[in-house]
Amino acid sequence: MTQIGAERVEMENKLMIKLVVGTEAMFFLALIMVFVYFSLAPGFRQLQIAELDLRSTGLFSLLLFSSSFTYWRAEHSYNKGNIKKLKLWLLVTIVLGLAFLFGQGKEYVRLLHDHVNLGANTFGTSFFTLTGFHGLHVVIGLLVIGIAICLAAAGDFDNKASTLIGIIGIYWHFVDIIWAVVFFVVYVIPHIH
Amino acid sequence: MSSRSELNIPEPKHSIPGMGVSNNQGLLQWISSVDHKQIGIMYLWLSMVFLVIGGIEIMLVRMQLAVPNNHLLGPEAYNQLFTMHGTTMIFFVLTPAIFGFATYLVPLMIGANDMAFPRLNALSFWMTFFGGFLLYFSFLAGGAPDAGWFNYAPLNQYNYSSSPGINYYCSGLLLSGIGTVTASVNFIVTILKYRVKDMGLKQMPLFVWMILINSFLVLAAFPSLNAALVMVLLDRQLHAHFFNMAGGGSALLWQHLFWLFGHPEVYILILPIFGIFSEIFPVFSRKPIFGYGFVVASGMAIALLAFGVWVHHMFATGLGNTINNFFAASSLLIGVPTGVKVFNWLATMWGGSIRFSVSMLFGIAFLIEFTIGGLSGVSFAIVPIDWQLTDTYYVVAHLHYVFIGGSLFGLLSGLFYWFPKISGRVLDEKMGRWFFWLFVTGFNTTFLVQHALGAMGMARRVYTYPDLPGWGILNLISTIGGFLMAIAVGLLIYLLVRSVRTAPLASDDPWDANTLEWTTSSPPALQNFKQVIPVKSTRPYRDYKRPDDTDWSRKGGDGK
Repeated sequence: MTQIGAERVEMENKLMIKLVVGTEAMFFLALIMVFVYFSLAPGFRQLQIAELDLRSTGLFSLLLFSSSFTYWRAEHSYNKGNIKKLKLWLLVTIVLGLAFLFGQGKEYVRLLHDHVNLGANTFGTSFFTLTGFHGLHVVIGLLVIGIAICLAAAGDFDNKASTLIGIIGIYWHFVDIIWAVVFFVVYVIPHIH
Repeated sequence: MSSRSELNIPEPKHSIPGMGVSNNQGLLQWISSVDHKQIGIMYLWLSMVFLVIGGIEIMLVRMQLAVPNNHLLGPEAYNQLFTMHGTTMIFFVLTPAIFGFATYLVPLMIGANDMAFPRLNALSFWMTFFGGFLLYFSFLAGGAPDAGWFNYAPLNQYNYSSSPGINYYCSGLLLSGIGTVTASVNFIVTILKYRVKDMGLKQMPLFVWMILINSFLVLAAFPSLNAALVMVLLDRQLHAHFFNMAGGGSALLWQHLFWLFGHPEVYILILPIFGIFSEIFPVFSRKPIFGYGFVVASGMAIALLAFGVWVHHMFATGLGNTINNFFAASSLLIGVPTGVKVFNWLATMWGGSIRFSVSMLFGIAFLIEFTIGGLSGVSFAIVPIDWQLTDTYYVVAHLHYVFIGGSLFGLLSGLFYWFPKISGRVLDEKMGRWFFWLFVTGFNTTFLVQHALGAMGMARRVYTYPDLPGWGILNLISTIGGFLMAIAVGLLIYLLVRSVRTAPLASDDPWDANTLEWTTSSPPALQNFKQVIPVKSTRPYRDYKRPDDTDWSRKGGDGK
């Protein structure tokens, strides 16, 4: 592939993933609006404060946010042509993502133990749907990054012609940004007053 | 080419086959295809199959309504049939037909050889295909969905509809919705990155412009539907409480989410049609489009306003005067850019040398019928009128005037216009005229009287009605009109099948047209273009054919 051809493919693929991320953002907007709408009903705020652990989830959120940083390092290494560092940073990203999922799982188990589940009340319904769909996106991101590590190990990225790393990056940062909004709406807002 | 035998998938040997399914290359070649022309044709056939199915459903409904106090169908069967009719016609007839034309024509019109992501293109089609399949599987699985095409809460809850139908409604529409979204991503990248080098945005055919705007509309609107469908599934399967009032949920929430998608959706079904007519009026009036910039800009205005009008579906839900008035004003406003377009087309025809082909006949009929549908639509923006008429047959008449008189007429016009290019065969104009008059007569017979029925207070979606003065005869007229339309569709299918098989071969440019798709062979070869003619105006092929009278050399002439 010529240089111009490769640049064109990169532009196309980047545009594609930006559009996908845009439409995904609208999906989350719908879920967030539903959560906010339900949170205006009496009793919802109290449940949020009583059931959710701001500090613990905040710590796990920091791990997810820092995974954006490590992914950025991975991308940087790739652009420099340092495949070894690329693999390392991708691996760190996965570990951070898994740690976040572990935190989410811990919280889910605690909530289910308290009989807060999807069918308990509107808080359970909207909380599990919103955070569950975000968690699903994290899982998909981790799977894709896992595939990228395998490809890197197989030597697919040795000649820098692939746009995959950059594209996964846009998706992964998006998943982080969505979590920042979700975290603020679900965990932080009830404590503001 | 040793790789060909290794792949074991039959590659097309010469030009891409026409619209026929049975061809010398076998079915596997269609199923495995990633060629935009074949995928486009498959979209169109899919749409045709569902048109017949949805048509049979509504003919049963019309037969039930032909006379008062009829008991041909029970209420359960009736609910399933009208629900499936609406869902099918919107999601599996109009949408795939529009996407079929777009998939086929967008690369050809911009001088590209395929879509940006051919495999994604195939994925989009098969998602739509299996979405429709899943929706219809509900008949075998214990009952079709029965809560209407907009599936209102609480009717969509398990307590009100315990058959699995609505689960299939949700999963079928989710699948096809994902297909629609991925197709739109593909269109945007194709249009923005794959245009032939000298085609700027200002030289782009208006059909391509409308598909571009439309694709953004899809990306913004469909997530709302998908989220709402997931919520219904969670409510029904895992006892969540989104729309269940007993558990603190909100039935109105469904209406907000659905119409936040649903109103843009009706523009998703009409903007590409505006694009089709913006191609057809110039060709058959032999003039450039009047006010190119206005057509584009009003398309954008419609797309933006489309997200600010959804509550006019909910005036009767008691949201209060402030909200109602805001959305009444925005709904009146959105009529303006649509009106602008009608005047664009009228002015394009004005002073032109018009050829009354079947395609153009549908265009002229569209201007009249769509204006009627538009006027009845504006009447819903006036809150007191809406309160009186909502949920009556007046709504049914209105939506059919815009969906049939608008969207379907546009698709039929496009079919008669592009059929020679797609199939390589001539579509019989004489029989086409028979079809046109039969269909237009049937359509107006069916739906014009429904305005009166609605004004007289006949509610929609009731399976039978008492013998009130006038109701019986008006319903009978409507049913007769329905049969005329059914006969017309039968005639169209006969016409299509016969033309695909035996009609004389078409020339590459039978209409003396303006845009790039007519510069290739009919049907186009697997590789659309070897080279593309220069593009310096919105009518590049005309410039090429008449080098002494080009649009770009005429300063201050008509057109832009």
